[in-house]
Amino acid sequence: MRAFFEARPQPSRLAVWMAPVLATGATLVIGFIVFEAFDKNPLAAFYAFFIQPVATRYGVAELLLKATPLMLIATGLAIGYRANVWNIGAEGQLTLGAMAGGGLALLAGDDSWPAFVLLPAMFACGALAGMAWAAIPAWLRTRFNANEILTSLMLVYIATLLLSWLVHGPWRDPEGYNFPQSKLFSDNALLPNLLAETRLNVGLALALAIVALAWLFVRRHIVGFEMRVAGLAPAAANYAGISARRNVWLGMLAGGACAGLAGVGEAAGPIGQLLPSMSPGYGFAAIIVAFVGRLHPLGIVLASLLMSLLYLGGESAQMNLALPSAVTGLFQGTLLFFLLAADVFVNYRVRIARSAPRPAT
Amino acid sequence: MSHPRAPRLALRGISKRYPGVLANDGIDLDVRPGEIHAVLGENGAGKSTLMKVIYGIVKPDAGTIRWEGAPVTIANPAQARKLGIGMVFQHFSLFDTLTVAENIRLAVDTIAARALPARIRDVSERYGLALDPDRHIHTMSVGERQRVEIVRCLLQEPRLLIMDEPTSVLTPQAVLRLFDTLRALAAEGRSILYISHKLDEIRALCHRATVLRAGRVTGECDPRVETSATLARMMIGSELPHPRHRDAAAGAPALVVDALDVRAGDPFGTTLRGISFSVRAGEIVGIAGVSGNGQKELLAALSGERTLGRKDAIVLCGTPAGRLGAAARRALGLAFVPEERLGRGAVPEMSLADNALLTTRGPALVARGFIRSKGVRAYATKTIADFRVKATGPDAAARSLSGGNLQKFIVGREIGQQPRVLIAAQPTWGVDVGASAQIRQALIDLRDRGVAVLVISEELDELMEICDRLAVIAEGRLSEAKSIHATSAEEIGMLMAGSHAARGEPSADAARA
Repeated sequence: MRAFFEARPQPSRLAVWMAPVLATGATLVIGFIVFEAFDKNPLAAFYAFFIQPVATRYGVAELLLKATPLMLIATGLAIGYRANVWNIGAEGQLTLGAMAGGGLALLAGDDSWPAFVLLPAMFACGALAGMAWAAIPAWLRTRFNANEILTSLMLVYIATLLLSWLVHGPWRDPEGYNFPQSKLFSDNALLPNLLAETRLNVGLALALAIVALAWLFVRRHIVGFEMRVAGLAPAAANYAGISARRNVWLGMLAGGACAGLAGVGEAAGPIGQLLPSMSPGYGFAAIIVAFVGRLHPLGIVLASLLMSLLYLGGESAQMNLALPSAVTGLFQGTLLFFLLAADVFVNYRVRIARSAPRPAT
Repeated sequence: MSHPRAPRLALRGISKRYPGVLANDGIDLDVRPGEIHAVLGENGAGKSTLMKVIYGIVKPDAGTIRWEGAPVTIANPAQARKLGIGMVFQHFSLFDTLTVAENIRLAVDTIAARALPARIRDVSERYGLALDPDRHIHTMSVGERQRVEIVRCLLQEPRLLIMDEPTSVLTPQAVLRLFDTLRALAAEGRSILYISHKLDEIRALCHRATVLRAGRVTGECDPRVETSATLARMMIGSELPHPRHRDAAAGAPALVVDALDVRAGDPFGTTLRGISFSVRAGEIVGIAGVSGNGQKELLAALSGERTLGRKDAIVLCGTPAGRLGAAARRALGLAFVPEERLGRGAVPEMSLADNALLTTRGPALVARGFIRSKGVRAYATKTIADFRVKATGPDAAARSLSGGNLQKFIVGREIGQQPRVLIAAQPTWGVDVGASAQIRQALIDLRDRGVAVLVISEELDELMEICDRLAVIAEGRLSEAKSIHATSAEEIGMLMAGSHAARGEPSADAARA
């Protein structure tokens, strides 16, 4: 008996959706081993990690709150990823978005602009700033053929340092006891709450609307189709006259705009001011979300909830189990690792065959 | 000639089932020493599967293999090579990023790496298959890649040589040289399994033929005493359809190429020099030539995959199109069937419906930028029906189709766009006889409807059959297009071989004069 992989004639739709489930299961197994190694009771640990955070109404609201930037960014990134445009710098584009939207909020000052003007204006500024930051690698790629993976990633660190300079210097709150942070935004610059006594805000509605738009674009619009072709078969895209340049620009700008919106959502939502760091790595985690969600809008919504739970679970594990915060990153990495491995089942299946008879010589 | 000796290779009851299809159904086959044995059959008849069984790539579900009288299990190609079985594939197994010598070294471990380039040159010269051992595969055209496969196989001095459509990229003269070689190999006592759709070749070369249809053996014969018609009947179970061919009533030039110069895109490409020709509405112009003489570059320039600096180097239906991209040229009425089907002509992972949308636009399929799925599926369904494509429906992935069926779909998709100019590269390469005849007929019908058709092919028989005028490309230059009645296979063959004496200077096209 021996087992081997056999190519499937058609990619399996079932496997496409089962791979994330399989990967999640394998991640849990690894988690089990890790908790054992730390001498924690795995069942109690799992409870603390995956159940406790969402056992309350507040916890569920937190889950949705953290899922919001993840689904928003992953949706934008997925548009580029489908066309093999690898924007890795969403964290930087998020930072720029927060900076621009937050800058406008600080400029508007105390209640001088009504909220229905100020908030859309902040989102518009944030989206534009995210796009501008993403335009740099897009231009470098189309003009000099520079690898956008590297350039977009490097721009993350520049963006972080830029924000850090602003909140340490010109935008520092003069009454903030020299802490590196801006003034608190005025009430008109804060997103309205969606659920009383929680931090959940209307950013979630915005994110879901963007997800729906993205679905329409990818599935129904000819340009979305053309970008998909470019990702699957570049020579066929060239043959059909699909512009590779346009795909790079669209892919990068879509990711930049969504990350910028997410940055405004964080600044005007749970944070309410500008800090040296505006995100616990949502821009990077969203890459995993995009792949776990199969680059599909609905999948991304589900994957963002899973990733959000990992964030909450990590915090809960820190508080309740005295585990290091690195456990969140560990789960994220393990999940992506297993997902990429499980993807082999999309195009291959395992066959078990009795070994062939020996030659009778 | 009879072969009284015991068979070198004897297959009994070989069966292989793939999901949804019985590719081989109880096949018996004997190949004797010194015999050139043809395996005939349409695409999907099971020839490739059977060869893969012999070469150890595919394990049969049932049946036995005897090699030199002893039962064997051929577990993998390495073992097959060790036994003395070599194979030249129809679909190439070469690494794009490696050179010719590096690719050959991967399969041939009996020759020292240092001696290999010299041996490659040696063998390639002996069989007239010019090859530079240091060239990278990705710079080579399909025809040149096949040369690498042939040379790689010959280097291993096999006792059984399997050749899957080996002659489609050779000039008529080179085919004759290869035949001399194969006969010499057979005279040395080697066996050759020769797979081809070219019935004339099989009749000229092979001692015996086994005919497959739908996975079963339907006949065995001596091809030397059969006619092409009788062989075709055994193969497809009916008479070979002959394309009807009226004389052209050509109209105004629809595609005019004027003094086109294109510098080679890579160091090993071919630079196009002063290419001028025109195709009028209602005629088929053919461009013959051995691959690697500028066809790839010419096709990319014509299709718009590579845009040009001078806009009137190409005039499409009266509009200077040199600077337009592929999509803009399509909008002017150009349709294009590329040489590679999977990955260029079609997206392998996508459904046939999505692949219909790849190049087809129009209000029924796309309205205000949004895709109308119903219209797209209807277009794909109609293409499948009109061109008798064997597929489960518009949702079948392109890669699940056989080469011939996918080609029919691509040709059908392009023709369905009602183009004013159609360019087809190797329209029947590796396509079985039935589908080839169908595709050729479709091109002729298109011509009769007043479309300008340009066919670039390495198969001279095909061009002689369907074209009204024929030109030859050699070393990046194009000969004058001559009426098919005013030229001969010999003259074209000489031009293809690069015979300068016979080549007309790249002059103004007769059509424009």
